[in-house]
Amino acid sequence: MSPVPDIRKQFPFITQQSDKIYFDNAATTQKPYAVLESIQNYYTRINANIHRGVHHWSILATEHYEAARKTVAQFIHAQDPSEIIFTSGTTHSINLLADCLSNTYFQQNDEIILSVLDHHSNILPWQNRANKFGYQLKYAHINAQYQIDTEHLKSLITRKTKLIAIAHVSNTLGSINDVKSIIDYAHQHNIPVLLDAAQSIAHFPINVQELNADFLAFSGHKMYAPTGIGVLYASKKFHHWLQPLSSGGGTIVDVDLYKAEFAEIPLRLEAGTPHIEGVIGLKHAIDFIYQNGGINQFYLWEEELRKHLYSNLTELQDDIDIYTDAHTPSVPVISFNIKNNHPYDTGTLLNNFGIAVRTGHHCTQPLMKHLKIPGTVRISLAVYNTLEEIDRFIIALKKTIKMLK
Amino acid sequence: MNPIKNIEQELIDEFALFGNDWEAKYNYIIELGKELPSIPEEYKKDNYLIKGCQSRVWLKADKTNDTMQYYADSDALIPKGIIALLLKLVNHQKSKDILEYDFSIIDQIGLTQHLTPTRANGLVNMIKQIKQYAQN
Repeated sequence: MSPVPDIRKQFPFITQQSDKIYFDNAATTQKPYAVLESIQNYYTRINANIHRGVHHWSILATEHYEAARKTVAQFIHAQDPSEIIFTSGTTHSINLLADCLSNTYFQQNDEIILSVLDHHSNILPWQNRANKFGYQLKYAHINAQYQIDTEHLKSLITRKTKLIAIAHVSNTLGSINDVKSIIDYAHQHNIPVLLDAAQSIAHFPINVQELNADFLAFSGHKMYAPTGIGVLYASKKFHHWLQPLSSGGGTIVDVDLYKAEFAEIPLRLEAGTPHIEGVIGLKHAIDFIYQNGGINQFYLWEEELRKHLYSNLTELQDDIDIYTDAHTPSVPVISFNIKNNHPYDTGTLLNNFGIAVRTGHHCTQPLMKHLKIPGTVRISLAVYNTLEEIDRFIIALKKTIKMLK
Repeated sequence: MNPIKNIEQELIDEFALFGNDWEAKYNYIIELGKELPSIPEEYKKDNYLIKGCQSRVWLKADKTNDTMQYYADSDALIPKGIIALLLKLVNHQKSKDILEYDFSIIDQIGLTQHLTPTRANGLVNMIKQIKQYAQN
């Protein structure tokens, strides 16, 4: 049984379509009533522009917006709310950081270390600036457990290495990387580390101070919050690097015709009217997690789901290849392929059985090339999924295997 | 009367037998995919690749006296079955008949509702490419 028995009832998407199974949670999660109602409530009672007005509603909206920043800071154990910068999502967070660091920190021929399992969102922003400004990219390999090979990554570090930017968790394979030891080693060499936490944030507790992460990026929509809202966490000690390339309303202290004095971080980086409803939705998604036992409870249940899925899949190993193993620490995401079959066929048939899975390269083409496969079928679970849904999926998968033989 | 319409009607009648049984429908498509001969490796190149498909679909054509002969392949079975179905309609047909034909069969055999948007887009591109070859 789920540790939170009523969890499914809190998701109208799930309860109103329970004949179907949603196993594409790594792409985006469904939203609980608490989040949906917070958006309705915001527009019904609070809506005004923030940080500008002296009137009642503007003050109220600003209070809600800044309270959300505090909630996010507490959720990832940041030292100070000013370390939380609201963005449109992980991709925006990483691009924003890449622009700031290109503006203030990197120099020609500097080296940035990524990994082959990273999402395109954590490859293209660096590739783009590297090509433009002459930085060098280096890629850590993966090990037999489908994690970033920590030793290989360490061996790539040189005196020119200026940043390590890696996935906390692989979006395709679900494997959790040993980021703590990578960060510790990087810091011995004075190299800051960015963690792409898009796939870890909804699955287990993250403590940026314990991890000693310098930068961390994640999206709201993968953790039960609305789309279009994300976070860049930036440790206070690096705020002097965060000089914006985009600016506008709300980012300034004083403006002359030809120069301006910019506000402190985070407001300096949040140009224009922000996604206020998204920020409030994100706060309520975090509150929803707290109110249902906290993220560790989510982890425990999801671990039970993952083990059930994994053991059922391993029974089909004559017919499928699974891209994880029993010893890989993982979030509830498993990639597989039916032997000698394209993932597209599997996904199409599963869809007809009413099961939503993701097929393809999952925006990780370098990883697919590394594994020498065109793509995978990816199952990704969330807290509202059940053991019974996994059993139904396995029955459908067996039929699918038969149809494709 | 466009001779392709006759073949279309035969296929529509065949699919009508499946009714709402999507499994039977897909089994048929998968079977068509398996039956379609593979094309030589030398044709599995980017210039024969149809864009917009999640899987790879290659299409090549020869035109002799305005009569079309198509060859297709895919690394996935369902797309290969779908293109095999399309080739049943257009192979050995005159290019002008192919250019005139509207491929309304896709709606009529109830295939679109079972195809994801990605695949539907792939299907649109398959048809476009078939017509492109007939045009040239």
